[in-house]
Amino acid sequence: MLEVRDISKTYEGKPLLENISFTVGVGETICLLGESGSGKSTLLRIIAGLEEPEAGQVLWDRLDLASTPPHLRDFGLVFQDYALFPHLDVYDNVAFGLKMRRMPQDEISRRVANSMELVNLGGFERRKTTELSGGEQQRVALARALAPRPRLLMFDEPLGALDRALREDLLNELRAILHQTNIPAIYVTHDQEEAFTIADRILILHDGDIVREGSPAEVWANPGSAWVAKFLGLGNVIEGKVIGTHKVQTEFGDFPVKCAHKHQNGDVVHLLARPLPAGKARAVTVRSSRNEVNDIRGIVTDVIFQQDRFKVTFDNGLYIYLDEAPKVGKRVSAKVKVECLA
Amino acid sequence: METGKHGGTNKSKGVISSTWVPVYLSTFSRPFLWLFPLAFLIIFFFFPLSRIFALSLDTSALTSENLRIAYSALRFTFYQAVLSTLLTLLLGLPAAYLFARYEFRGKSLLRALTAVPFMLPTVVVAAGFNALFGPRGLIHAVFPASFPFVGTLWAILIAHVFYNTTIIIRVIGNALSSLDPKLEQAARSLGADPRRVWWNVTLPLLRPSLFAASLLVFLFDFTSFGVILLLGGPQFSTLEVEIYFRVLRLPDLSLAALLSVIQLICTLVFSVSYTRVAARTTVQTAPRSAGSSIRKPKTLRERMFVGVFVFLLASFFLLPLSALPFRSLFRLEADRGQRNEIQYGFTTGYYRELFVNRRGSVFYVPPIRAAINSIGYAGATVMLSLLLGFPAALALARPTRVEKILDPLVMLPLGSSAVMLGLGFIISYGAWLTSPLLVPFAHTLVALPFVIRTLQPAIASVPERLHQAAASLGASPLQVWKTIDWPILRRSTLAAATFAFTISLGEFGATLLISRPEYPTIPVAIERFLSQPGGLNYGQAMAMATLLMVLTVASILLIEKFRLPGAGEF
Repeated sequence: MLEVRDISKTYEGKPLLENISFTVGVGETICLLGESGSGKSTLLRIIAGLEEPEAGQVLWDRLDLASTPPHLRDFGLVFQDYALFPHLDVYDNVAFGLKMRRMPQDEISRRVANSMELVNLGGFERRKTTELSGGEQQRVALARALAPRPRLLMFDEPLGALDRALREDLLNELRAILHQTNIPAIYVTHDQEEAFTIADRILILHDGDIVREGSPAEVWANPGSAWVAKFLGLGNVIEGKVIGTHKVQTEFGDFPVKCAHKHQNGDVVHLLARPLPAGKARAVTVRSSRNEVNDIRGIVTDVIFQQDRFKVTFDNGLYIYLDEAPKVGKRVSAKVKVECLA
Repeated sequence: METGKHGGTNKSKGVISSTWVPVYLSTFSRPFLWLFPLAFLIIFFFFPLSRIFALSLDTSALTSENLRIAYSALRFTFYQAVLSTLLTLLLGLPAAYLFARYEFRGKSLLRALTAVPFMLPTVVVAAGFNALFGPRGLIHAVFPASFPFVGTLWAILIAHVFYNTTIIIRVIGNALSSLDPKLEQAARSLGADPRRVWWNVTLPLLRPSLFAASLLVFLFDFTSFGVILLLGGPQFSTLEVEIYFRVLRLPDLSLAALLSVIQLICTLVFSVSYTRVAARTTVQTAPRSAGSSIRKPKTLRERMFVGVFVFLLASFFLLPLSALPFRSLFRLEADRGQRNEIQYGFTTGYYRELFVNRRGSVFYVPPIRAAINSIGYAGATVMLSLLLGFPAALALARPTRVEKILDPLVMLPLGSSAVMLGLGFIISYGAWLTSPLLVPFAHTLVALPFVIRTLQPAIASVPERLHQAAASLGASPLQVWKTIDWPILRRSTLAAATFAFTISLGEFGATLLISRPEYPTIPVAIERFLSQPGGLNYGQAMAMATLLMVLTVASILLIEKFRLPGAGEF
């Protein structure tokens, strides 16, 4: 299994990665989620051996890979823009890794056929890569990485260049393939939907650090910090001050939240006010702007249609979800689920 | 609104539409733009060419003996060109890799250095090699036991490598750095070691560029004249050298014509295939996103490669170029009557001797006259080629359908060898050979394609809208030219003029055939000095060549300063 230990790297004098450590277990798919420029691709390239860390180690089965060149690491890599070899046809692209391992011809053709079957591209063997659509090219790239059956697969924003519908389809196929082959994988993306769909475990990268790590459900339930909550778009993040065991004072009113187990009176904390699912939420017209219960209120300034619900934004920047569109200009209030962030 | 020259706002709106053109591009004046350039080309290029063709088909030309000579010349031309190209690749490929992949100190300086020989006149390169490797050269002086390498096939080959490595560096270097680095990374992650990445991914992707660059180098080696004549000697007869011999040494003009036609057909075939291959090379470059592949050498092997190659390239290009001025200021010969005692030390004697009209010397005039002649010829060439090139470039910048056909015709002299141009002049205008006036015409023929190719993109870069705006503001056609076009075109015109000047200064092949003995140019004088015995003659050749090198390098720097960025690549 893979272990990344205390990896550090600077970019143009600024720290890009600082003491990054994590492991990838047998058959596990982990996802590095972060904004563009957060260093996640660099981390991937360090693991692949294409770049060198300034400090730290990459280990496989407790063996340091520092002196192992990329071609001997046996880690497959799939790029965002596919990086298919333009001078080779589909078959030779997929066979490339097998030829590098000097496998016998019949074994190569068997494995290529196998991989092509896996990505649903049977019959495309003699096509030119330039004749393929974006989705087909990405399938070839995947088949090429799968064919040598690497001990680890790495994906660098593999679906970034594709349109939404295709992305969902491919993501589901990829999930199935990863489960079927049981190859451990690292998936890098900035798209949280992709991350939550494919990952067994999510690592959120921010300012060179892993700021949150856990299963999708854990991360969703407990984002742990204001930044993560905002980045994942889990709800309204509100700053406040602890004024009692069950009370936090904010500019939007006082909320009955228990922050006391972590914080003293007077501490500044962040609250996460998650809007309830549209079906459960109900807006009530109100007069005052202050509250002492788990609801938020304001004057409706914007209503956005989102397939199965309306996102309603207030003049104070907070938002909720509703089944029916309220009138702009109305002063309304709606229940939210408030929790204390770290 | 004031009523302007176009008679009112409404009317001028009608005039200044998409069909509005400056007066010099109107349908009426277009033929005048073409009249003189075309007449010039017909008189001095196409007519002589037709005479050569006619002569080559003469029964006196097509004898079995002549065909045997032609065959052996053709075979040797191929042989040396293939060898030269292979050797150029041998040095050029790693050099291109070095420049495309590694960052090191003095990189841009070294790159510029490798490009210098390509711009230098052949006589200067030949003299430089002579100063270093010749029988009177520096290496032979330091190691008297060493074999003088001038006069062997190796001298020719190495000089060709010296000349053309920059082509490989440029073409392959560009291709290499436009390759998507992720392709190589993908190959690495699929288990290919660096060597197999190179053979299985990088090299196949470079193949079209590699082919194009090799073809171009081959073309230059195939038509090489000065280097072979001056460094090889009479026993190495390529087509070019054989033509020269059949004009001046063992006159047989019909054989010379036959050789010229063979030469022309070969270069035409190679040029056309080069153009077709070069057009294909632009396809395979992938978009690059993640980072650049240029980096500092890290591992010991990389550092060794970079260090060794930087040293190798620097000394290979620097030594002949610096040996020349050094040898021109350094006495290295036995005094008269004292055969064994070699005198050495710094001297300005070779330069002083250029001003003396010595009895029994190779000239009837002080050798410095050659420099004066050269500059005079170059001045005339600049005037003539600008006078003819400017109107042609104007028309070609926004060509009509007919003019698009004329474009390659104007470029044709570029593909024909200088010696052949000289032969054409001799056959067609032999009666005028007593006049020194023919030389600037020949030089203009060589310079014209460069002048047009420098001016044309500059003229095309002036947007039509500017003319239209100026005209709508009340500027007359002349005022439009003075206030809009000329300020924009001034720099390119200067660059074109310097191009013409440099080409005329260094032109060797045609001049050698048509110049009068009493009106030598610098390159012709160098050739004559080099072909004469005696340390003094040799020293004067070095001094002359140094002079020419300094003049040329100064001109190159001027061109670089004035040239539009991106205009006038290969």
